[in-house]
Amino acid sequence: MVPVNLTINGTRHALMLDPRSTLLDVLREHLNLTGTKKGCDQGQCGACTMLLDGRRINSCLTFAVMHEGAQITTIEGLAKNGTLHPLQQAFIDHDAFQCGYCTPGQICSAVGLITEGRARSADEIRELMSGNICRCGAYPNIVAAIQQAMVRS
Amino acid sequence: MIEFQYVRASNVADAVRLLASDPAAKFVAGGTNLIDLMKMDVERPTKVVDITALPLKQIEGTPGGGLRIGALVRNTDLAYHPLVEQRYPVLASAVMAGASQQLRNMASTGGNLLQRTRCHYFYDVVMPCNKREPGSGCSAIGGHNRMHAILGASDACIATHPSDMCVALAMLGAKVHVTGASGERVIVFADFHRLPGDTPQRDSNLGEDEIITAVELPPQGFAANYTYLKVRDRLSYAFALVSVAVGLELDGDTIKEGRFALGGVAHKPWRDPQAEAALPGQPANAATFARAADVLLRDARGYEHNSFKIDLARRCIVRALTQAARGTPQSQSSKKIM
Repeated sequence: MVPVNLTINGTRHALMLDPRSTLLDVLREHLNLTGTKKGCDQGQCGACTMLLDGRRINSCLTFAVMHEGAQITTIEGLAKNGTLHPLQQAFIDHDAFQCGYCTPGQICSAVGLITEGRARSADEIRELMSGNICRCGAYPNIVAAIQQAMVRS
Repeated sequence: MIEFQYVRASNVADAVRLLASDPAAKFVAGGTNLIDLMKMDVERPTKVVDITALPLKQIEGTPGGGLRIGALVRNTDLAYHPLVEQRYPVLASAVMAGASQQLRNMASTGGNLLQRTRCHYFYDVVMPCNKREPGSGCSAIGGHNRMHAILGASDACIATHPSDMCVALAMLGAKVHVTGASGERVIVFADFHRLPGDTPQRDSNLGEDEIITAVELPPQGFAANYTYLKVRDRLSYAFALVSVAVGLELDGDTIKEGRFALGGVAHKPWRDPQAEAALPGQPANAATFARAADVLLRDARGYEHNSFKIDLARRCIVRALTQAARGTPQSQSSKKIM
């Protein structure tokens, strides 16, 4: 077991972990933060996307013990004082999901996308969101939601 | 995944010592390939050395006018670095053509060079694979081999190297700086990756006790006339069937120097000096480019499901050289191939 300190959504956690534990499994199985979803567990679907020091990553493909002192933001950490994050609101406004399983990853990924500031056109949004798969095919509405949040941010 | 001991290296010498002390040890940096392979039991290290704290995260100019990229520079930091975007846009374009933004935010420069093949038989531990288990046979020869090599393959292995970044690095003529127990050395890019031969388990000529510390780019970046053209089964987030990195130096319509490297076709990024020799002094037109493509593909060999790649590669070479000559490089967001 390896000791590690992680700050998740502003709360510090001192943990003792099997080094094999992925960040995703630690969030879900140790900290009961089940908003981040496990899809493929191989870095192919994007359902487990969260923000590591502000950058979007696949939490299934990284060992939690590698992130001593890191600031981690999950879908649970986006709303502030009961007010939804603009991207959460935009996903509701545009009906940008059907089953919802990919949605936490889509929203965290879109938060990272807007922070990066590289996407302007719909083509660029689609390309830079290609790491998030939606099996319900809600892509047109997801792009519309991101465009709305980009305009307002 | 089997159990392993987790250790953190604090400097390059420490990392080399930790690796050399245990033949079953592996470095982890971005982890985007290694951890996936560990989950599948393809990689089974009993010691994992975390090298993410090493001071190898800088991109800086070299005295000779080139660029030195630290081995731990993340893919996105590389692609978005102003000096890379301005002077080596073919490299920025190739990086952005690969994987997804989440993966590029983690994946390191050194790790990109060392990523393993995406051959499905390599990943499937119940199937024979000479790369995973030397001597067990190759399931791809006679199996599903749509993604596999058409150049430089052997009877032991027809896997391809999956990187996009490395195709651009091969075209640019990068150098790989490494450090091992016996000191530092520099490997020219063409000599870094290997052909499978009868030892497909070895992807590169990096020593067992060596670590990549940096990738160095020469001054010439071909920023005016370049392209990275990637053709794949999906429009994004898929490995190349064929990709082509091009750099041209033109004098009017005449080619002064021309370089091109291919991805998705061999066990290493494929660059052929004989094919490039067909370019200098010639007019930059489709006939010239087709002659160069024919030279590069002279020994191409297809298998049951990938023979289409030979024609595809020929057309991609002509198209990519044309894009570069016109100064209209392939966009990685708009998928139209002009």
